[in-house]
Amino acid sequence: MAADPSVSQNEYGWTPDQPLIRLVDVHKAFGSLQVLRGVSLDVRKGEVICIIGPSGSGKSTLIRCINALIPVDSGTIRVEGQEVNDPDLDKLALRRKVGMVFQQYNLFPHRTALQNVMMAPVHVLKQNRKEVEVRARALMAKVRLQGKEDVYPGQLSGGQQQRVAIARSLAMRPDVMLFDEVTAALDPETVKEVLVTIRELAEEGMTCILVTHEMGFAREVADHVYFTDKGLIVEHGPPADFFANPKDERTKAFLGQVL
Amino acid sequence: MIRDTSAPAAPAHPLPVLLPFRLTAPQRRFPPLRLTLLHALGIVGLGLLIAGGAHAQAGVNQLSAFGVIIKWFPLLMSGFLFNILISVLSMALGTVAGVGLGLASISLSTPLRRIAWGLTQFFRNAPWLVLLFFAMFMIPFEFRIFGVTIPFPDWVKAVIGFALPVMANMSEIVRGAVGSLPSGQWEAAESLAFSRRQTMWMIILPQCLKRMLPPWMNLYTLVTMATVQASIVGVTEMLTLIAQVHAAEGGRPDLLAPLYGFAMLCFFIYCYPIELWTRRLERRFHLHQ
Repeated sequence: MAADPSVSQNEYGWTPDQPLIRLVDVHKAFGSLQVLRGVSLDVRKGEVICIIGPSGSGKSTLIRCINALIPVDSGTIRVEGQEVNDPDLDKLALRRKVGMVFQQYNLFPHRTALQNVMMAPVHVLKQNRKEVEVRARALMAKVRLQGKEDVYPGQLSGGQQQRVAIARSLAMRPDVMLFDEVTAALDPETVKEVLVTIRELAEEGMTCILVTHEMGFAREVADHVYFTDKGLIVEHGPPADFFANPKDERTKAFLGQVL
Repeated sequence: MIRDTSAPAAPAHPLPVLLPFRLTAPQRRFPPLRLTLLHALGIVGLGLLIAGGAHAQAGVNQLSAFGVIIKWFPLLMSGFLFNILISVLSMALGTVAGVGLGLASISLSTPLRRIAWGLTQFFRNAPWLVLLFFAMFMIPFEFRIFGVTIPFPDWVKAVIGFALPVMANMSEIVRGAVGSLPSGQWEAAESLAFSRRQTMWMIILPQCLKRMLPPWMNLYTLVTMATVQASIVGVTEMLTLIAQVHAAEGGRPDLLAPLYGFAMLCFFIYCYPIELWTRRLERRFHLHQ
């Protein structure tokens, strides 16, 4: 039976068969420093994409532009059809769709783990506190931190803090998750517990964009890998292909260094 | 595994190369209270020595310096309590105004930020005594609102005069504390769709309280000690009363040192524990951040 297309269209005329996120020719400069020099990429629903590249190549800037933490100079970014570069952007609407996890966890140190998870749904989305608490406890269990609900971030290890940060972001029920080098500040032995959590999310069908230095992880979970250098996407492709036969010299040089 | 359970704690075995840091350890051997008493006793002793010497030279019918202080003790104490009252009220007024000014100085609105910056710098870089004179002579002695006359006695004007520099310093304390938080806190709050106002009140300021407390307490001791300047503009606080007591006792020169020494002692006993407490808080917060 033919579904009425207007039913599944959202208010921006976006339908789920279109890319969830679409970047077209995005430019960004900090002063005279060109950080992004025309980046275009599409992310479909349920896709996991990894962005790799040398430091200073604009990876972190790129994903910060997607949830409007950094305004872009030109080009378009659409998240489910919503134009992020619009001066009248409804930031609340955008940010409840896009979750973000940072390298330095950035938990709120004056609130317990559970409160960290609950704060945004209760105060931003004005959801019922009781219901949010039930959901937050379930999320804490999901990231394997049952029993740590009433602990303050300062008493948790880096890996535990990062998993709370993931739960905090998930509590907003986002459609896409951005991960900005989330394991870069972790001890090697706690990296794995965070990666396991992210892999589970990916397997559940969450759309994920990861900036990462974990090549093994990228090869394993990514549907598509992008290599950026000096503000441009140099090369991209499915991981098997990308890692086995890099075509560009810069990609080869980079992979030669890190693998 | 060990890492997980003892992450925030110090390592079990300190490295030998770190040992020189224990230079601070001897300080802890003296509990703060004993140090306070030690110093206080020293001052009292000094006072008694001067008083004793003066007493030996004085006539037979005259009260000793100690006797004079005992005799006027209730009056002098009421003066000192007045100093405390002025300091507490100026601090309260200045803190409220200063928090407002500090928040304005980090607001997104450029004109508001400029005005707040100007006010802060102006009142921060003016001598406190000048601000006191300014308040004394610029504020009328009474206000008339809707036919009701509200008197503004000198001491209220003094409170306002002291509140001005407190406000400016508090503004800087707020601005500094907010600026000292890692920018990741703002980013995280923003990405969770908190508004700027929510971020400020629910995430940034609660964390700043701890950072602001030591400098705020330090500011308070400064205000307390500055309140004696009110005597210059005619407020009957402790120093004014000491001058009056001295006159009432016939203006004996041998009473000057003990009487003013007594004033010093009162302020010392009040301010020094606050100072110690501030330092302890600073050390504790420093260790935890």
